[in-house]
Amino acid sequence: MATFDVIVLGGGPAGYTCAIRAAQLGFATAVVEKDKLGGVCVNIGCIPTKALLHSAYALNLVHHDAKALGIDVEGSVKGNYGVAMKRSRQVSDQNSRGVEYLMKKHKITVLKGQGVLQPGKKIKVGADVHEAKQAVVIATGSRVKGIPQIGLELNKTTIISSDEALFLEQAPVSLAIVGAGAVGSEFADIFNAFGTKVTLIEALPRILPIEDAEASDVLTKSYRKRGITVLAGAKVLKATVGPKEVTLEVEAGGKTEKVTVEKVLMAAGRAVNTEGMGFQESGVQLTDRGFVKVNPATLETTAQGVYCIGDVAGPPMLAHKGSREGTFVAELLAGQHPHPIKYDNVPSVTYCHPEVASIGLTEDQVKEKQLEYQVGRFPMSANGRARASIETEGFVKIIRDKKYGEILGAHIVASHASEMIHELVVARENEYTVEEVDLAIHAHPTLSEATAEACLDSMGRALNI
Amino acid sequence: MATKVVMEALSPTMEEGRLVEWKKQEGEAVAVGDVLAEVETDKAVMELVARTGGTLLKQLVAAGATVPVSSPVGWIGSAGETVDGGGAASGQPAAPAAAPPKAPTPQPAAAAPSPPPAAPAPPAAPAPSTGRVKASPLARKIAADQGVDLSTVSGSGPEGRVIKRDLSAGQRAGAPAGQTASRPIARPSEGPSYEDVPLTQIRKTIAKRLVQSIGPIPTFYLTSEVDMERVAEARGALNEAAGEQGKISFNDIVLKAVATALQQHPGCNAWWQDDHVRIWHEVHLGMAVAIEDGLITPVIRNAEAKSLREIGSETRDLAKRARERKLKPEEYTGSTFSVSNLGMFDIEHFTAIINPPEAGILAIGSIAAVPAAVNGEVQVRRRMRMTMSCDHRVIDGATGAQFLKTLKLLLENPLALVW
Repeated sequence: MATFDVIVLGGGPAGYTCAIRAAQLGFATAVVEKDKLGGVCVNIGCIPTKALLHSAYALNLVHHDAKALGIDVEGSVKGNYGVAMKRSRQVSDQNSRGVEYLMKKHKITVLKGQGVLQPGKKIKVGADVHEAKQAVVIATGSRVKGIPQIGLELNKTTIISSDEALFLEQAPVSLAIVGAGAVGSEFADIFNAFGTKVTLIEALPRILPIEDAEASDVLTKSYRKRGITVLAGAKVLKATVGPKEVTLEVEAGGKTEKVTVEKVLMAAGRAVNTEGMGFQESGVQLTDRGFVKVNPATLETTAQGVYCIGDVAGPPMLAHKGSREGTFVAELLAGQHPHPIKYDNVPSVTYCHPEVASIGLTEDQVKEKQLEYQVGRFPMSANGRARASIETEGFVKIIRDKKYGEILGAHIVASHASEMIHELVVARENEYTVEEVDLAIHAHPTLSEATAEACLDSMGRALNI
Repeated sequence: MATKVVMEALSPTMEEGRLVEWKKQEGEAVAVGDVLAEVETDKAVMELVARTGGTLLKQLVAAGATVPVSSPVGWIGSAGETVDGGGAASGQPAAPAAAPPKAPTPQPAAAAPSPPPAAPAPPAAPAPSTGRVKASPLARKIAADQGVDLSTVSGSGPEGRVIKRDLSAGQRAGAPAGQTASRPIARPSEGPSYEDVPLTQIRKTIAKRLVQSIGPIPTFYLTSEVDMERVAEARGALNEAAGEQGKISFNDIVLKAVATALQQHPGCNAWWQDDHVRIWHEVHLGMAVAIEDGLITPVIRNAEAKSLREIGSETRDLAKRARERKLKPEEYTGSTFSVSNLGMFDIEHFTAIINPPEAGILAIGSIAAVPAAVNGEVQVRRRMRMTMSCDHRVIDGATGAQFLKTLKLLLENPLALVW
């Protein structure tokens, strides 16, 4: 039995970041992790998919633009998913070792094993019970889930999740993806590039349903052009699972069609990890939706001295939201007044091609709230840098408050939207309006000029269109 | 890069802390976890520890200074590094006993007026006393549009930056108390709001002997009966004019009169501090409120500068929140004099117990119609008895009596309150 100041249950991006900040602030800190450090993000989520998406990008580039770019390709160009997968594993392992190094650097004790919370800020790992003097921080994350109700229970062979897709030795001949949020849309991009016949199925009326409708439209067009079958507003009625293939009955647009595929990838939501870890017995209550119940001002759970961060603490289930909650709790424990977390200013990014990134409200949400607004747009096809790179799909869309110019929402579809969005995140965090964004001189030629132009356009004075 | 050391919230309710003593001096090496200073919170003396290692480059506040949570108190960095010594961004006045500045930069008394900007400027707002107001561009636009002087708005952003939320309609309209609180309070003079008076030998001897005689606080009592007819008339007239909004009570008038009288008799508005007496220039009036299982004394800050209506609305708000146990620590600490009123329970006369370190408390009895001699005739008059408990180490009989006499005069001639 050992005593620490802070024990973090879970070594994903929320947990390990919390541990580092706690150690920086002088707390004796431990992290409990049953698997690899870095959690889903580093090992079976954000990081390896980005490696695969890069392969997909290169494949698409060679497939579609090689000739124009002056690249002569002898013979046929083929993707090798197994090789790309192995590289993605190396990247994940590197990152996980990076987290291990960070734990050592900050003298954080890593307790290997399944941690079980016990009353009185104690955690049992194996046979040992460890005690936290200051706080226990729950950061147990989330996992993939199937939809057993319609026969889509994960069987890891024909009905798979991202957990299996990331380890396939070869791309399937055909694949249906159920759920077209960030995960589903990214895998559609990846497997399409590796030659798989992809059907992307979304129950809501459009793919990337939480993004602005214009972003969904651009991506739908781009996907269809590449041969991805997009079925939005589609309901999977029934799944017939055979040994080598699955047949889905899908109802879309008043018609029912049968889709037969080699594999089905379930990408419809995630379940949080709250079971079998002594939460209830220790006084940690859950919300109706199954997340751990926290005081929004302090992230403390219903058990005194037990805090909760990351996916398991509630949406949005994003690594960067979790890691910020981690530093927030550590600073709170140190008696500081950390900058409050603005949950309405957490960027959302999908790393498909073109990338989709956003911050704040969509135009539909602004309408629903009956706010007085003005939209500014700039198409990437009018941006010099985008044309130079043959990456002219997409746009920057700024939704600003009519009276004061506050940036209510910003939506970017572009080859590097994930990098461009932060200018607007910084602006919103500091309450810069469209005027201040434009006043900052943007380098020429860059994709970011499109952001400044969209801001100008929202004031009716775009220069380059 | 040097790191700022800030006053930390060492208890969940702490809003400010008094830096009792620096444990590390400028130039001394510090490691993470080292105790930098002792800090007195609303509850106890606690340790402020270093969150980063290096050299303590600068102490921004002197021992004894009271600092709001999150405000900078010092800098830690690498030896020889130069840092911003001001810490003025927080708006925190330098402590009276601040260490002598190392290299005082001569400051012109008034900066040369800068040429007017070329762009049309919005109508000039009253010049804020602290210079540049930190505000987000969005907040500036909203303030300019709504004609709000940003220097009157307290910012809730990082380091007191005014952000949109601070200007939202609900924030301002819903909080009339906040509006008045942001108004500058008239001070008798520049400088600290109190004066520390060293003890003379005779005072020391009086203190020692009296404590031996009666207990830690040698208390004596003075009672005076006040004719409340004029107060009753005035109150009736005011409340008729006020309608339902902002009615005032007898207690509000008594509080206002006490605050006014204390200004004229600062010797009664004082704290016993063991080795000296602190005479306050401001009146922070404690008001005893019965709560479910006890008693709490919320404080009307700067009561001397507040109107009857302000005192009335603040009293009701404080009493309500006291009963709901929603007072913040700074709302029930720091009073300079207290009033306890049991009039509503038909108590004619009682003595109240002093709330140390205050030197006095006034016990207010009921207002009762009694026969009284007026110009040689017996009349039925509404009269009230008030009894002051005095700490004899601070207040002598005559000092207390003079205060009571002034108070009686004010209540019997309520117009004098507006002098």
